[in-house]
Amino acid sequence: MTFRKYLVLAGVSVFASIGDAMLSRGMKDMGGVSLSRLHTLLAALRDPWIVGGILFLLAFFATYMTALSWADLTYVLPATSLGYVLLALIAKFVLHEQVTTLRWVGIFLIAVGVSAVASGPELTSHAHPREPEPELAALQEER
Amino acid sequence: MRHAYTWGAILVIVIASVTGDVLLSRAMKQVGDVDELRKRSGLFAVIGRVLQNSYFLLGIGAMAVAFFSLLFALSWGDVSLVAPASASLTFVGNAAAAKFFLHERVDRRRLMAAALVACGVAFLAG
Repeated sequence: MTFRKYLVLAGVSVFASIGDAMLSRGMKDMGGVSLSRLHTLLAALRDPWIVGGILFLLAFFATYMTALSWADLTYVLPATSLGYVLLALIAKFVLHEQVTTLRWVGIFLIAVGVSAVASGPELTSHAHPREPEPELAALQEER
Repeated sequence: MRHAYTWGAILVIVIASVTGDVLLSRAMKQVGDVDELRKRSGLFAVIGRVLQNSYFLLGIGAMAVAFFSLLFALSWGDVSLVAPASASLTFVGNAAAAKFFLHERVDRRRLMAAALVACGVAFLAG
């Protein structure tokens, strides 16, 4: 893993969290949306918070696609989990939502679980076997 | 009732997201390492190659369903519940889907992570 790849994974976390938070702020302005008032979803596209949220989610999508081109799906999703913690902080301090202790524990467990995965190999699928490291390959040849 | 609407929307988000993630992951594996491809052929060649992939287009369709479901869910529930709950359940669904459809090696470490995430979601819902 190169520093550039870690940056891409960080981008996935940060862009997704900010995008979700902006969408939430915008949709709260719109009020409740029901199936009988679907046109309100189109009106939502004129809200600056919604538009900003969509732009951040587009940036998230670009970094997410880049990460998926060189890593497993089951690696990329957990490796970008710290975004949940960031999202909780945004929800509490920017959106002034109630984040209970129980939810903090939940977010902590998610972060612990998914960060465990991040220390493993990023690509395991059979279709794309990784080249062994040169030193490892030399050792295997000696054996 | 509002609680039931929120969780209903979260369920739709999860199903659509898992489908979309699997399709997009397959598409990007077919495209290859984007960084290397961009160095060799340029950004426009990468974009063209991605947009021509049928798995990518199907994945985008599934993601669009997930996105509009997210808008519904966010109008009913708190973002600190909706976003982590849907993303975490999507992660658990993806662990199974990636094993069967993408042939990824979901070992003990990844399974343990899925269990921890599931517990985290239970706390979020409490």
